[in-house]
Parts: sequence; structure tokens; C-alpha cells
Amino acid sequence: MNKIFTIAFTEFKRMFNSPLAWSVLAIMQFILAMIFLSRVDEFTGIFQKEMATVESAPSATFFIVSPIYLWAGIFMLAVMPILTMRLFAEERMNKTLTLLSSSPLTSVHIVLGKYLGVLFFVLLFVAMLLLMPLAISYGTELDWGMILASTLGLFLLLASFAASGLFLSSLTSQPVIAAVSSFGLLIFLVVLYLSGSSQSNSSELFIYLSHFSHFETFVRGVIDSSDIVYYLLFIVGFLVLAIRKLDNDRLLR
Amino acid sequence: MSTEALIQATALNRYYGNHHVVNDFNLTLRKGEVLGLLGPNGAGKSSTMQMITGNIAPSSGEVIIKGCNLLEDPQQAKRSIGYLPEQPPVYRDMTSREFLSYCAALHDINKSDRKKFIGLAIERCGLQSMQDRLIGNLSKGYQQRVGIAQAILHQPDVIILDEPTVGLDPIQIKQIRELILELGKDHSVILSTHILPEVQAVCDRVQIINHGKTVFSDSFKQLANRQNASMVLVGFDQGGDREALQKLAGIERVEELERVANQTKFLLRYGPSENSASLENNAVTQTRSSDIFQLAIDKGWKLNELTPQTETLEQIFMNLVHGETQVPEHE
Repeated sequence: MNKIFTIAFTEFKRMFNSPLAWSVLAIMQFILAMIFLSRVDEFTGIFQKEMATVESAPSATFFIVSPIYLWAGIFMLAVMPILTMRLFAEERMNKTLTLLSSSPLTSVHIVLGKYLGVLFFVLLFVAMLLLMPLAISYGTELDWGMILASTLGLFLLLASFAASGLFLSSLTSQPVIAAVSSFGLLIFLVVLYLSGSSQSNSSELFIYLSHFSHFETFVRGVIDSSDIVYYLLFIVGFLVLAIRKLDNDRLLR
Repeated sequence: MSTEALIQATALNRYYGNHHVVNDFNLTLRKGEVLGLLGPNGAGKSSTMQMITGNIAPSSGEVIIKGCNLLEDPQQAKRSIGYLPEQPPVYRDMTSREFLSYCAALHDINKSDRKKFIGLAIERCGLQSMQDRLIGNLSKGYQQRVGIAQAILHQPDVIILDEPTVGLDPIQIKQIRELILELGKDHSVILSTHILPEVQAVCDRVQIINHGKTVFSDSFKQLANRQNASMVLVGFDQGGDREALQKLAGIERVEELERVANQTKFLLRYGPSENSASLENNAVTQTRSSDIFQLAIDKGWKLNELTPQTETLEQIFMNLVHGETQVPEHE
């Protein structure tokens, strides 16, 4: 257990040794803050007046905060693969994986350690996102239950991105290929959602398979255990595959 | 030096697809021994080392490290090993000290001991002035040292170094060899290389591999003694008789090189001498020379040339590698 945390902390720290993690956090924060600002603007300028007389009008949380989470999920489709590509592919390319594989560690330690390192980053990202609703909480009444549900949803969504990215990174020794293939997988799941919810031939199965449909319920403020189970299965599945892949590396290469 | 075998690898085979890279390989490493694995490029040295360190599984065969089966209990077995692969597995974005403390944690060195162990490794590898620099900014030689520091950090019983001096300048090579000699005092070391003088400089025992097979495995002294199985060039102004020369002690074969008028030239090929292990090289050559003088005097020949031609280690190595002689393992 200790070793898993050792690997996780070192991986997390190493992310910040390169400008990558810093720039991802900064740029994402900047773009999401711009969206946030425009929503606040729109809300105070037009929406508030129009909705003043309407019964059961959408809340400020729904109008301002929820879109931030949705956008964050969409942007991270492209960003997470860049963060996860280095996990194994880069180590293979630089031949540094030997350090871990000749230490007294099992593949489970290595995979979980690296995964946990990414999760720390995801937590940081989600925490930074929470600063935005906090900033307007002085001026308005917010639905914190809904915000926390969205936060949990976003965390699980990004954790599932990370697990699939980690697995695809373990397959190759070319970081770029790892990034492209995990981006492809994530987009494919989005396409499943789009085609599943199309008017002409909607499919419950496609919608269920896509991670975005589960994320949506969280953003609406609903914590459904079946959604949590979906994410956990997704994550565990890919982690097990990655562990198997690392074990197999020793047998055939 | 005890006879306890630290590493016992038996009948290792490894295939990459249809390529049979390592063929029935045996290796025994005893305590306090520096073993050189010598072979040309592509002989299967790296694959062998990867198998011994548990980085790849052998297609068949077993590796026992300090009584621990590497395949059944890899975690325990790997504790006794420090491994430096061909390319030092260092993270370029960390400083040497940071990196070493990470390695220390991976090898479960107690928190309280870590500082001491790291300090020792840094000192032994001469990294004191570089410990707070990013590894990516260090020269190749220093990166190699960080790699070695990583391998010796947890004070393993066995240190396995895969071509540790490749790509270094002569001064760095000298320093690294000195370091390996130093390490050989309290650790067992396996060193792979394709450079013969390197083995000569640091190893007690040498195992020569070619095409995944062991073609020679013995102590260095034995390899040096094969030098005695060498040749002497003799020339006479007058006389010189093949038959008579053939009767000299230790002669295997006599070749007549030239015969112009009265002048003759012979190449005397000596077989490996039996008692040579106890004798100095020089002594052997001296006895041979005096034998030839004596013969020339007895027969009344006029000797005009006597040149001992020692086969260099390089030549022996080449002979072994090019498969002219298949030597059984002396185990």
C-alpha cells in the first residue's frame, strides 16, 4: 500500500516538473472562467428580469454552474488523453519502465500507483472548478447539493477517462499514439451517446454505454447509484486490463 | 569467499517469435565474485540479464536468487538485485537526490535509513556536486553514475550492470571501472560488455556468449593460460628439421613456412601446457626458448630467429566467438 502511494505522489509531483500540468490547469481555468463570466453576465443582464415573474424558473445554479461542469467534461475529452499518454508510453520510450519492473513491485502496485497519481491531478482540477461557484456564493443563493453532485459526477467522469487512457498508454511505446487512441475511444463513446439519443433510431443500450449519459444525471443534481456503479465498472475494467498487459509484457515482447 | 551460489540460473531459453535468442544458458554467481558476460553485439547478453532481473520471463528454465525462485516469488527475489539496464532508467525531470530517494522508497528502505543509504550511494558514485541538478542536465557519464547509484542504493547482494561504459569518454570509462572494482569488494557483480579489456580490467571470471550459447566459462587465469597455447617462430640459416622439432616438449604441430636455399623458417604450435597454471607466463616461454636453443646446439643448426608469438586475448575471443573451437564449460 505504501508503495502505491509512493509511486502516486512521485507521479503527481513529476507532472508539475514539466510545464504540461501547469499549463493545462491554467488554460482550462481561464477558458472555463470565461464561460462562467458570460453566463453570470447573461443571468444578471437578461435572464433574471425575464424569469422574475415565472413560476418554478430554473435556478441560478442550473443556469450558471451546471454549464461549467458540462463544458469541463467536454474539454477534458481532449485534455485527459494528453495527461495519461505519458504514464506508460513515455516510460517505454525512455526505457525507464525498467526501474519499476526491476524493483520489488507487482504490476498491481505500478498500475494503481500511476492511476492514483492522475486521480490527484483530477481532484485538483475539480477543486479549482469549485472556486467559481464559491466566488458568487456571497451574492446569491446556490443549490450546494446540486453542485456537489456535479462535482462528484465530473470527478467520476474524469476518473473513467484516466483509466481508459492509462490502459491505452500501456499498449504502446509511442505517447502520441496513446493520446490519439484514447481520444478516439472517448469521442467514440460520445458518438454512441449522440446516435443513441437521435430522433430516428434511439437506442437505450448506446445511451447506457456512453459515459456522458451518466454524467448528465449528476449534473442535474441526481446521484444515482447505478451511475456510480457504471463508472466504477468502467474504471476497474480498464485497470485490470492494464495490469494484465504489464504482466504479459514479461512473457512476450 | 564462500561457495554459496547467489544466483543460479539453469537451462534458460528465450524465444522472440522464431528467434532463439538465449539457448540453454547456465549461470552461477558466487558471493564476492565479479562475473563478466562477454559477447559480440546481439549475442543475447541483454536478454539474459533481463531474465535474471525478472524483466522478461524465460521461455523455459529457472532462476534462483539467494534461494528464492524468481518466477514464483519475484518480489522477494528482486530485493537482492540492483540492475542497471543498457539505458539508465532515470527520470530526466528529477534531481539526482530526489530520484534516489524515490528509488529508496521503492525498495522499501526504512525512512530513518534512507538518508544514510542515499548519502552512501551518492558518495560512492561521485555525485556529491551533482546531487541537486536535474538529471536531464547532466552529462551522459553522470547519468550513467546516477543509474549505478540507483542499482547499488539498497545494497543488494548482486549488482547487474548491462554495458555500463558504452558511450563514455576514456576518463569516464576509467572512473566507472574503478567504481566497479570497488563494488566488487563487498558485492557480487555481473557485468556485460562486448569490450574485452573491460572484462580483463575488472572481472574474476568470464563467461563468453555467442548466439545465445555459452562458448567459454572459466576464471580469467584460465583464459590467460590459453595464451600459452601459442606459437613460436624459429628460423635457421642452416639445417632445421621438422621431425626433430616435432619431438620438442609440448609441441602440437610444426609448420614449415619457407625454405630458401639453406634458410628455413618454422612455426611451432604448442598445445596447452598442463602445469602452466602454476607457472608464470614468462617462465613457460623461457623454458620453451631454452629447449629450442639446446636442440639447435645439439644438432649444430644455426639459429637466426626465435620469436614467441603469443595469441592475444583478443584472438582467443575471436576464435571462440567465430566458433572455431567449442570449449566445454569448466564447471
